[in-house]
Amino acid sequence: MGGRLYASVLGLLQRRPPLVRVVPLSGRYIPKAQDVVVGTVCDVQGTFWLLDIAAPRWAPLHMTGTPWKIDFGETGQYLHVGDSVVVGVEAIENTGRIGVTMLGEGLGKLEGGTIVTISAAKVPRVIGRGGSMITTMTRLTGAEIVVGQNGRIWVGGSPEAIRRVRECLKLIERQGQRSGLTEMVERYLKSSQPPPPPPVEPLSTLVERPAPGTEVFVANPEPDGALFPEGVDGDVPPPEDN
Amino acid sequence: MSEEVAAEILTTHILELARDGRRLDGRGPDDYREISVEPGFVTTADGSALVRFGDTAVLCGVKLEPGKPFPDTPNAGVLTTNAELVPLSSPTFEPGPPHPRAIEVSRVVDRSIRAAETIDLKKLCVTPGEKCWTCFVDIHVLDHAGNLIDAAQLAALTALTHATLPAKRFGIAESDSPLEVNHYPVEVTFCRLGDAIVVDPSRDEERAAQGRITVATDEQGNVVAMQKGLIGAFSPDDLRDVVERAFKHGERMRAIARGGGT
Amino acid sequence: MGSVGAKDVPVLIGEDGRRIDGRRADELRPMKITAGALHQADGSAFVEWGMNKVMAAVYGPREVHPRHLQENNKAIVQCRYNMAAFSVDERKRPGLDRRSQEISKVIAEALESVVFAEEYPRTSIDVYIEVLQANAGTRCAGVVAASVALADAGIPMVDLLPSVAVGKVAGHIVLDLKKEEDNFGEADMPMALVPQSGRLVLLQMEGRLSKAEFATALDMGVAGCKTIYGTMKQALRDRYNVTGSDPTEAGQ
Repeated sequence: MGGRLYASVLGLLQRRPPLVRVVPLSGRYIPKAQDVVVGTVCDVQGTFWLLDIAAPRWAPLHMTGTPWKIDFGETGQYLHVGDSVVVGVEAIENTGRIGVTMLGEGLGKLEGGTIVTISAAKVPRVIGRGGSMITTMTRLTGAEIVVGQNGRIWVGGSPEAIRRVRECLKLIERQGQRSGLTEMVERYLKSSQPPPPPPVEPLSTLVERPAPGTEVFVANPEPDGALFPEGVDGDVPPPEDN
Repeated sequence: MSEEVAAEILTTHILELARDGRRLDGRGPDDYREISVEPGFVTTADGSALVRFGDTAVLCGVKLEPGKPFPDTPNAGVLTTNAELVPLSSPTFEPGPPHPRAIEVSRVVDRSIRAAETIDLKKLCVTPGEKCWTCFVDIHVLDHAGNLIDAAQLAALTALTHATLPAKRFGIAESDSPLEVNHYPVEVTFCRLGDAIVVDPSRDEERAAQGRITVATDEQGNVVAMQKGLIGAFSPDDLRDVVERAFKHGERMRAIARGGGT
Repeated sequence: MGSVGAKDVPVLIGEDGRRIDGRRADELRPMKITAGALHQADGSAFVEWGMNKVMAAVYGPREVHPRHLQENNKAIVQCRYNMAAFSVDERKRPGLDRRSQEISKVIAEALESVVFAEEYPRTSIDVYIEVLQANAGTRCAGVVAASVALADAGIPMVDLLPSVAVGKVAGHIVLDLKKEEDNFGEADMPMALVPQSGRLVLLQMEGRLSKAEFATALDMGVAGCKTIYGTMKQALRDRYNVTGSDPTEAGQ
């Protein structure tokens, strides 16, 4: 547009001349061919299962896309509603239909362990450069980890290992934009101190006219003048002491 | 949309953890999530409070308006509790008429407030048989991450505790006055996870739960309301145990509602 | 608006030209936007604007329910604007009245005008707006909250959608009416602007404006939207701890 490029999604700008890329910061998982994702069976039909893969639409897994020899109507003997699977995305049809398969290395039904769900936009940080984050987490906890591009992560191992990986994943999700994240995770896993919980801040901090008896029992908000657009007087009373 | 399908292995994991006295988010069986309370959140209401338990957020607004007493209680004011589980708060809530689970939340909250005689309804009568105050307690769920009943009830109690009777605005008295709150009922909800019974269930725990039990206590040592929900059962020993625990949590939450900190 | 006895009308514009709350004619009320205020939704935003408090959440793109609403070549954008019972002085009965349904419709259409809906055929993008505290201009606050929530949900869009009302109060054209000005003013005109193209995707008007007043009001509204646009972008930067470059601009 007028010699300028505009992003259509919220993201971070990456300039790698001659390319310009916008790395999304948020949003649902948008499937791409070749992605490996973790899904939950949410419906069983005669020849296929419908999988919830946290995408805009449910993904049908056809019985021919599995390692099993199944006759029509026998799908229910192999996968049940609530089962978790690792599948590969084959193609996105222009109708929006998402084709998935269970044929391929590392694909199949998941047994044991648990699923941790994080924002799909944070998956690259969970993997780390060249898989460094995953390596750190598996090395220091002994857990097994399968990362779905859709933000669903399977973690197997002892309850303690699973707990620590889960805490790391939630930390990564919260701190996704920070640099030195791998070091932070490594520090936490070595110290065995749980990561600090996110601070609870009052939701309402703009008070044009304080209500009588207004008190907030959580941390005092920092007034942030920079939030107000130019041309608006900062005639907001300071937050009350509590 | 119907209820989301829970991953079976997540449910199994939650039950395995519970066997060892552990929980998914690292809490112990008798720990609430971090509680934050913002009274006076809505200035168009006569009393209000935003209550958050971790990621769960519930807003309650109290409105007091002149009305007519019910014919069978001509000397009493009217208390009405309503809960909206608006579709903004969960991927599984749909627009439309109130769902039975919204009605359950409002009725269970209403029961504790009413049974504990939190508000003396007789004092809300202005002219017997003619004019009284109607106290509307409206609960608006904003973020459903589990245990809506306790968050809604604490929001309602906090909103009532900080409410003003707008007598001047409606020409009923010379000046506005604080709404008189006589008792402080608090609801505490537990879920069964195998043999464990955990307090303040998260959304994932509610989905894995084999029964839910809510106990409302007041500051005088009475149990004032109860509700068993979801599919599952509790033994008399289980119930004696949760009543004991409900009194302990109730003490702390009463202090929060009255403004004594978190 | 409507006929109100003259003795009920407060002094809306003082002798110094200042408004009932001390603002200049072209001055906005203070605004604060918190992007990502909720945890269940795919995107969310909480807007505090003067005495308004409005929460918006976005779910989607997701499967369409009921299914017959599904469109084969694009996503549908559904919007529900709702007011909490306690959000206004006199308690409002819960549920959508005709006003809320009309506002839901015009907001859905405004949002669909900027969303790249054809990227997600047969899906629904659901936008929920809850007015928690109202003091005139809630539909504009709703549009602002909804479009920040859409960006927070990673939905591809032409642009954010700043929105504001302009009106005529005691004979003066003023920006961003508050309740007394809305109740006793002579005209009210809410609008929503696509800053990138300079076009309007929401416009309503009620009252009386001359042609010249309309032109002044339009300019004032567009300028107000541009200021609000800055606040919206800053809210998204704050949400993701991003400093520096303009989040709507990918480069030259």
